[in-house]
Parts: sequence; C-alpha cells; structure tokens
Amino acid sequence: MGTLNFIVLIPFLAAIFIPLFYKKGSRLHIGLLPMIVAVSLFIYLLTYIPQIANGKTFLHTISWIPSYGINFTTYLDGLSLILALLITGIGTLVILYSIYYLSENEQLGHFYTYLMLFMGAMLGVVLSDNMMGLYVFWELTSISSFLLIAFWYQRKRSREGAQKSLLITVSGGFGMLVGFLMIYSMTGTMSVREVIQIMPGMTDHGLFVPAMLLILLGAFTKSAQFPFHIWLPDAMEAPTPVSAYLHSATMVKAGIYLVARFTPVFGGDGIWFWVVTGVGLFTLFWGSFQAVRQTDLKALLAFSTVSQLGMIMSMFGMGSVALNFGYSTESVFYSQATFAALFHLVNHSTFKGALFMVVGIVDHEVGTRDIRRLGGLATIMPITFTISLIGSFSMAGLPPFNGFLSKEMFFQAAVDITELGLFHMDTIGNLIPILAWVASIFTFVYSMIIVFQTFLGPYREERLERPASEGPGGMLISPVILAAFVVLIFFMPNVLGNYIIRPAVESVFPTLAAEVDLGVKISAWHGLNTALWMTIGVIVLGILLYSFPKAWRWIYAIFPTGWSLNSLYNFTLEQGVKFSRTFTNGYMTGLLRHYMMYIYLFFIVLVAGAFILTGSYDFTISGNAEISTFEWIIAMTLIIAAVSILFAKSRLTAILLNSVLGYGVALFFVIFRAPDLALTQMVIETVTTVLFLVAYYFLPEWKREKETRRINMSKLFVSIGVGATFTVVALAVQNNRLFERISTYFENSYELAGGRNIVNTILSDFRGFDTMLEVVVLLIAGLGVYSIIKLKAGKRGDKLENQ
Amino acid sequence: METLMIILTGVLVTIATYLVLSKSVIRVILGTAVYSHAAHLLIITMGGLKTGNVPILGDEDISTFVDPLPQALILTSIVISFAVTALVLVLAYRAYQTLGTDNMEELRGSKYE
Repeated sequence: MGTLNFIVLIPFLAAIFIPLFYKKGSRLHIGLLPMIVAVSLFIYLLTYIPQIANGKTFLHTISWIPSYGINFTTYLDGLSLILALLITGIGTLVILYSIYYLSENEQLGHFYTYLMLFMGAMLGVVLSDNMMGLYVFWELTSISSFLLIAFWYQRKRSREGAQKSLLITVSGGFGMLVGFLMIYSMTGTMSVREVIQIMPGMTDHGLFVPAMLLILLGAFTKSAQFPFHIWLPDAMEAPTPVSAYLHSATMVKAGIYLVARFTPVFGGDGIWFWVVTGVGLFTLFWGSFQAVRQTDLKALLAFSTVSQLGMIMSMFGMGSVALNFGYSTESVFYSQATFAALFHLVNHSTFKGALFMVVGIVDHEVGTRDIRRLGGLATIMPITFTISLIGSFSMAGLPPFNGFLSKEMFFQAAVDITELGLFHMDTIGNLIPILAWVASIFTFVYSMIIVFQTFLGPYREERLERPASEGPGGMLISPVILAAFVVLIFFMPNVLGNYIIRPAVESVFPTLAAEVDLGVKISAWHGLNTALWMTIGVIVLGILLYSFPKAWRWIYAIFPTGWSLNSLYNFTLEQGVKFSRTFTNGYMTGLLRHYMMYIYLFFIVLVAGAFILTGSYDFTISGNAEISTFEWIIAMTLIIAAVSILFAKSRLTAILLNSVLGYGVALFFVIFRAPDLALTQMVIETVTTVLFLVAYYFLPEWKREKETRRINMSKLFVSIGVGATFTVVALAVQNNRLFERISTYFENSYELAGGRNIVNTILSDFRGFDTMLEVVVLLIAGLGVYSIIKLKAGKRGDKLENQ
Repeated sequence: METLMIILTGVLVTIATYLVLSKSVIRVILGTAVYSHAAHLLIITMGGLKTGNVPILGDEDISTFVDPLPQALILTSIVISFAVTALVLVLAYRAYQTLGTDNMEELRGSKYE
C-alpha cells in the first residue's frame, strides 16, 4: 500500500479513535490528537514539494472492484498538492483555534470525530484518481459537513441549514455521478488521468456535453455558485471554526478543484468556457452585491465567500481557452488566468480563514455578530483589529497584501480574454471585464464594512451581551499566522508561485507543460496598465459608495422579497413533503389485503411480463415419469379438497380439508421415495390440525365473507394470475437443467458421514449447522408463543409491576 | 407425473392466494398453510420424480437414488412452517383476546378510523 493511501486513511483512523479516548474533564485536551494528526500530515506533504516542483507525480493503487475499473487510487500532482496542503495546513490552525473557541461542555468527542472524518474525506477527494473513489469521498464531505453544521442540533436553524446544504450538495453530487458514468461509458476507464488522454478525441460524442454539464452541476453545487449558493449562508449556523475550515477554506473549494481537474478533459470547448466563466462571474457579482446588505458578520462573510469562489471559478473558465490553441504563445498567454485562479485560491484561504476566526473571536468576546450593535472595538481588541484590517484589505485587493496581487492578475485576465477571437467574444465578451470591475467595487465596500463598522465608530457597551476584551492568546495564534501569510505572500509571491502553483498549472495543462514553462513571474508593480487603473477605479468608487450608502442602497428595494431563491427552495421542500405524505397515505391503507395485492400484482407484472417479453416459455412432457391410476386419484382428491376450502361453510370443514391436503402430500412423499418426509409430514400435519382445533376453541366461528362483487372478482383475478404465473414458470424451469445435480456427492454418505440414510446425514452432518439454526428458529417461535400467551401488555402490566 | 404435480401446486397456490386475500385472520393463516404444501410439492418435483430408489444405502446392487437434497430441504421446511403456523395462530388468538375481533379490516388500528 502506498503511503499516499495512508494519508487519506489516517484521519479516518483518528476519527475512530477519538471517541474511545474522549473523556470529559481529562487534563489533556482531546483536540490535541486531531491537531497532531493534521500537523504531521501537513509536514509530511511538505516534503513532497521539491519533487512535485520538478514535475514528478506519485501514483498508488489499491484494488477495490477491479472488474469494473473501480480502485482506491491516489494520485499526487501539483494540483492535488495545493489542496492537500490547504486541507492539512488550515486544518491544523482551525483545530488549534477550536480548542480555545469551544467550551469544554460541548460534545467535543463528536466535534473532532466529524472534523477528522471531513479531513479524510477531503483528502480523498483531492488525491483520488479514480472517479468512483472521488465520488465516494465527495459525498462523505457532504455528510461530514451536514454533521458539523448541525453540531448544535438543538437549534432549529442549525438543523435546517444542515438539511439545506445536504440536499443541495448531494443532489449535485448525484448529477456528478451520472456524469462520471457517462464518461466511463465513453472512454471505458474510471481513471481521470486516462480520461484526460482519451477525451480530446471524443468531443463530438453525443454524451460529451451532457457529461460536462452534469459534472459542472456537482462542482457548482459544492462550490456554492449561483443559483445554488443559497446553502452557504445558512451553513453559517455551524460553529465558527467549521465555517472557517469547511465553508471557506476547503470543502467549498472541492467544486473548484473538480473544475480544475476536468479542465484538460473538457477545456477548450466553447460551452465549458461560457458556463464556467459566466456562472463564475455572475456569482462573483451577485455574492458581493448581496454581501453588502448583510448585517450579520458571518452572513456577510458567507456571501463574500460565494463571491470569491465565483471569481476563482471564472478565472478557471478563462484559463481553459488555452487548450483551444494547442501549443502556441497564445495558449501560454491565456493559461495565466489559471495561474491567477490557483494563486487566488491560496490567498483566499489565508485571508478568509483569518477573517472568519476574527469574527469568531468578536462573537466569542462580546456575544454578538450584528454590525449594527458593534463598533469601537479597535482600541479594546487591537490584535483582532489588526488581523481583520489585514484580511479585509487583502480581500478588497489593496497592497501590501496578497489579495492585491491576485486581484490584479484577475483584472488582467479579464481584460486579456476580450482579445480572444473565439466563442463570440467580440460581441458580449466585453461584459466580462465590466462585470468583474463592478463586482470588485462591491467587494471593496463590504471589506470596508467588516473592519470599520466593527472596530471603529462609537463603542456602545450597552448594546453588547458582554463588555469587550481582547481574545485569549490561544485563539489569536491561528489568525495571526494566517495574517502573517497574507503579508508574506505579498512580498515573496514567487516562492509560492514557483514551487506550488506552477506545478499545479502544469497538471491542469499537461499537454502545454510538456512544451513550455507555464510559470508566471508575479510582481507587485507592473506599470500603469489597465489592471492598475481598474484597481484605482475600484478604490475611488468604493470609498464613495461606502461613504454615501444612502445614495444607492435603494437598489435592494427593487428586488421583491417574496421572489427569492430561498423561497423557491422552501416552496419546493414544502410541496415535496406534502405530496409524498398524500401519496404515501394514499396507498398505505393499513389493510393487509391491499399490501398483499401490491405484492401479488408486482409479482405478476414483473415475472409474467419478463416471461412473455423474453419468450422463455418452454414445455414438454417427454422427460416425465409415468402416472399410475392411484396417483391420478390422489392428485384429483387434493385439487377437489383445495377448491372446497373456499366454499367451506364452517371452519371445521376447512381445517379438515387442509388435513386432507397435508396427508395427501404425505402420500405423495411415500410414492416419491421419501419415507422420512412422509413420516414427518404425518406427524406435523396431525399436530397442526390439533393446534388449529385448539385455537378454534378461543376464536369466533368464521362468518361468510360479505364482500362486494368487485372485490371478489379482483381477488379471483389476482389469485388465478399468481397461480398461472407460478405454474408456467415452474413448467419452464422443470424442463431445463442448467447444472449437473450436486447430490451425487452426498450419496457417498457412509464414507463421509458414517450414515446410511442419505437424507438424515445431510441434515445432521453435511448441513448440520443449518439444522442447528432451524432448532433455534423453533426455540424462538416457542418463546414467542409462550410470551404472547402469558405476557400481559399495556396498562395491566404496569399495575402488576406496581403491586 | 411432473407436469401433473406442477399443475396441482399451481392450483394450491391459487387457492392459497385467494385465502390470504380474505378478511378473516383464520382464512389468512390457512392460506399460509396451503402455501407451504404447495412449496414442498414443488421442491420435490424439481428434483425429478421416481428416478431411482429410496435414498438409503444398504443393498450393494442398488446404485441409483432419487435426489436426496430436496428431501432434506423439505424436511427443514416442514418443521419451520409448523413453527410459523403455531406462532401466527397464537398471535391471532391474542389479537382476538385483546381487541375482540378477527376481522383484518377492524384490525387496522385507530389511525385509519
């Protein structure tokens, strides 16, 4: 087994052990165990950087279902490494933060189990090369996210948020699964690497576009792209460390990872370009536009995450056109958008993680996140203030923070893409930089809101739950580290660019990487070009909009409140529940007869239908044994007795007729050379008859069944249908022997089991275990009979106990 | 012979199905008993009828036996179906004692009334 597979499995193992070790009030905090796991995985992954930067990749396979091409295959290349480092790195910081954030009274065992479950699943997503493995881990991240959002399950909003996120991400996941299966049917392989090699020759295949759109559905739901973004703000009911980890830094990036991973498969296609870029840009705009109006800091951050994810998504869309050119200078030119996307992916995780943690500290210290109640915390919480300043300014795209660099590259890419002569870019393509620019203005405005409305302005203690004070030192460590990265990356962007981002770009464009160095030199100053002017425009307009909110806030009133995506979601959910309740109550009548009818009708339709459709009918009497007169008589007697049961006036007649059947069967056993069966049947039939007679003593005489004609006809129809289907199938089966009979083996019973009666040796020796369990069944039935007769249920039982 | 036996089991299954669809609990239980007769006959028929001797070793000359495996299966089945019949009968008795009816339609529970 490769060490990479271990990396995925270790968090799962930790998830198993945490509940075992967890004890309330122990001196060592339980969070230390997952933290050690995360930090050692992070350090271990760091050792891969030099080799990955040299273009090496690692592949390990464990066979799972090889006949279907489904294996647990891990593949580490530049792209997976970035994500894996983020997962373990941010994971370490978040766990450290959570140790101080969550009180000891919370169910910490559950919390860290879920968190480790998530970490393993997420590592599985980014390291899987097999599409089925990827899908399984993908859904596991949805499930662990569900568990973590509902961590405070006593709250209604937590449960609803968890349900919403699960419904949306899992339905997207199903779409993705179907997309994967389509790819499998096209290419015949489950391995993403092999698909990348086969797919470029299959762009005309009928399933190419459906598969692409379904996979994008999975990516968009997971990465909260418009119109599926509605789950992310509600997911903020989770504890803040979870929001920082899953819902900004890692899980929501899974969709982006998927788009990046499948860019070499679908990229270069016009539909891919427009869907990814278009949805991304619109999400960027819509998220930032909605973020500005939020009053809850976490909701604001949620919408800002939606917006930033849209931005990264759109850059991957723009970068994908590079594959349209084959190898040329143009393709390298456009691939820079992908470089920018990956760069911003890392940057976003640093500054957004820091911001979430800051909001968590504020919430923790003063008990509210409402910006209308907050203000003036800068002097009381100076470190928190500094971190949020760094994070927000980076998000707004201001120097000297890493967000400035990637924002500039984003603008550059948006401007560059308008020169593309493909995919109708000359007409509506000019909208791209405009939309990007407008969205960035809103981004600037909400970034300012986070810092200034929380930390500046008047301090009004009476509006807070608790008087403010600086957060505890332990809680500050993680955001300080992240904020340090925000600044550090600005001053040394090329270290990150060369060693981590370049290899990732190369794995997105494997064909181009073979020809040319796809690295980009990142520099803070690149002359007074369009991108810089755009940034300056954003700052000027952003300050104006922030200073005079009254002048433009009326825009929000344009959108009617009743017509939101959320109300659509709620309406669908309510109608779904209502419909399924009506439907289920419609057929669950509580009548045994109806349920049996469903089973019988299903049996008739399915078996008889399949029988007729496949034309398997086969009947001959050639191989039959001869029938003596005596046997004719018994058979006829049995048929007459059986039919007479239906017309029996009294229950006594009925049970006697049933005995006729039983003894007749015993006679047949004699004729068919089965003496043991005949004996057993005689005894059991006698006992059964006695049992019925005893039961009759306690049960009422049976009445004539008064039924309408319609019911009687339907009963008759169904019974004859079942009987006919049964007979026809049995006749067909009787004349077909697919295998040699295995009974010759048992005929050696004297040597094998020391018995001359073959049937008895089968029961007591060859299949002795089976017989033992049969005795257990008898025992259970006996206990059941005894307890049903003896035990008094309900109120009477309670009284007995009380006496 | 096999064809005749299959037709006989077919008739038994039809009757049993009709009984199971009845309203009275006793008829339903009787239906299940008839079902087990049909199943036993079917299993032994599927093993081939009268193809050899009784499957008991003894005389050295006799070397062809009827298939012993279906017989072993049926033996198990007879006992199990007896256990099931006994349990269901007692259940019917108890239901009648507690609820005062053996009519399936009245045994539906308060939810449907």
